[in-house]
Amino acid sequence: MKILVCISKTPDTTAKIAFADNNTKFAAEGVQWIINPYDEWYALVRAIELKEADPSTSIHLVNVGTADSEPIIRKALALGGDEAFRVNSDNGDSFYIASQIAAIAKEGDYDLIFTGKETIDFNGSSIGGMVAELLDLPYISHAIKFDLESGKAVVVREIEGGEETDKVALPVVVSCQKGMAEQRIPNMKGIMGARTKPLKVTEPVAAESYTTVASFDLPPAKAGVKLVSPETPEELVRLLHEEARVI
Amino acid sequence: MSVLVFLDQADGHVKKSSFEAANYAAKVAGQLGTIAEAIVLGTVKDDLASLGNYGVKKVHTVADASLDNLDAQVYAKVIAQAVEGTSADVIIFSNNTAGKAIAPRLSVRLKAGLVSGAIALPDTSNGFTVKKTVFSGKAFANITVSTAKKIIALNPNSFSIVVGDGTAEVAAFTATVDTAKVEVASVNKIVGEVPLSEAEIVVSGGRGLKGPENWGLVTELATLLGAATACSRPVADIHWRPHHEHVGQTGLAIAPNLYIAVGISGAIQHLAGVNRSKTIVVINKDPEAPFFKAADYGIVGDVFEVMPKIIAAVKKLKGA
Ligand SMILES: Cc1cc2nc3c(=O)[nH]c(=O)nc-3n(C[C@H](O)[C@H](O)[C@H](O)COP(=O)(O)OP(=O)(O)OC[C@H]3O[C@@H](n4cnc5c(N)ncnc54)[C@H](O)[C@@H]3O)c2cc1C
Ligand SMILES: Nc1ncnc2c1ncn2[C@@H]1O[C@H](COP(=O)(O)O)[C@@H](O)[C@H]1O
Repeated sequence: MKILVCISKTPDTTAKIAFADNNTKFAAEGVQWIINPYDEWYALVRAIELKEADPSTSIHLVNVGTADSEPIIRKALALGGDEAFRVNSDNGDSFYIASQIAAIAKEGDYDLIFTGKETIDFNGSSIGGMVAELLDLPYISHAIKFDLESGKAVVVREIEGGEETDKVALPVVVSCQKGMAEQRIPNMKGIMGARTKPLKVTEPVAAESYTTVASFDLPPAKAGVKLVSPETPEELVRLLHEEARVI
Repeated sequence: MSVLVFLDQADGHVKKSSFEAANYAAKVAGQLGTIAEAIVLGTVKDDLASLGNYGVKKVHTVADASLDNLDAQVYAKVIAQAVEGTSADVIIFSNNTAGKAIAPRLSVRLKAGLVSGAIALPDTSNGFTVKKTVFSGKAFANITVSTAKKIIALNPNSFSIVVGDGTAEVAAFTATVDTAKVEVASVNKIVGEVPLSEAEIVVSGGRGLKGPENWGLVTELATLLGAATACSRPVADIHWRPHHEHVGQTGLAIAPNLYIAVGISGAIQHLAGVNRSKTIVVINKDPEAPFFKAADYGIVGDVFEVMPKIIAAVKKLKGA
């Protein structure tokens, strides 16, 4: 079994969100970078669990990014990836990134391609579906459980107000979220081993971008909280009914 | 040229988020001087002519029972045929689980730039630019689409529906439907519960509630208000509540009209998922809890004393 896990680099969840260059760029100064949580905690850890169940499995990682991504790629290798590809590029939209991942995937003949549900910075939830279409593979998004049964994938995915269990033959692209696995911390042996695992840098294939970011905005500041005394919570209900008109 | 909106259905009924998407599509069509048409796949029980009230002129149906379950690969191909059939230049989805599965595929198929998580009408004054949420609701990005065809996936609850008068023409659309590769083995829905992503009111609980045995305070208020229930991440992690209720940066991002946070501190990762709510109410015993800074209304008090009184007052208001 060969699994490809797509990992992206995102600002730490506590990073201050601010913009530079006339609101056209994320102000990255002093920001800590992490592996996108969905990619790490769910996609990668589930892949590692599948390898633990079947040691003949190999886990490849792919990141489309500059050399700045290498620390997060090494961390993913320390957690349990076997080898990694970095497609050396820093510009391009979701379609461009998906095209790069699809090119790597075509070379590798993977049984499974895992992505995160979404990146926590761009919130596209698009790249998994795009990769699947580029490879003409089925795609199951928002997976909360993934198992293999007699060569088929059995995937539980979230739907509005519930869950659905799907069965599909491999290969398949799956986007992963909470429920798939539990977060792990790399151990010393993993960290040492990661230093010598293969990290292959490739140049991007030609691909278009369909979209560009024109600018960023921050939401307007709140006016401030109106406090109601804990002695008279019924006053809150009145305000919600008569002033805010939301109940 | 036209604007085509995909209507997502479950159990034969068009989802609320799709009515919102339809109304949005009609507005976009107005901006572009054209009409909005809709496509719905599978067996539908609703009266589709009523989509006219949302501004849709024509609803195309592909009433093939094999489309009752979503296989994004099959759906994308059928919708691509409808795009061709209606000469649509702009295609609208709700950015719900179905939209997120189908729209990216369609984007590749049609070479159409996709803006997912849109929260406003496109700005067509200079090109075609759409505002979307980024950083899990902490900011917005204005995305310019440079392709001839464009796809917008609208975040649920981000556009106020204006219902008018009208009757849509309903017509069967003939499409080639591939055999699905994804077999749906079972569907497990929590019957009678309001789906969190579509809810107008959400009552949410945090670690301040001390244990699952106290959740009655949240669920009772939610039932009275017709609200969905949510929770903070640690609450889902320790299995006090099911994980699909977890909101925040690593959970669901929601934008209800009213979000009531009960015993939640308001960590930055939690706020990321809820700060687009129109009105935020915070009940917390700690006046320094960061959530108060993001709130519209608040009570500094003990949830075990305050909540029963709120529930009683809502009962009175609702005449229950
Ligand atoms: C990478 C990362 C991602 C994360 N993603 C998310 C996410 O998506 N969603 C999320 O929610 N969290 C997320 N977190 C966790 C987040 O940082 C907080 O730890 C979490 O939101 C706290 O949950 P809480 O408010 O329920 O608990 P606590 O922080 O323990 O707060 C409990 C609150 O209840 C109040 N309280 C206690 N007793 C009472 C009482 N009797 N009456 C009234 N008030 C009372 C306290 O004053 C306190 O403010 C993430 C963290 C990280 C590092
Ligand atoms: N630059 C990247 N390199 C590799 N994988 C990526 C990259 N960006 C996004 N992904 C993958 O695609 C998923 C969805 O991203 P998005 O469509 O941006 O929300 C992420 O969770 C990752 O698994």
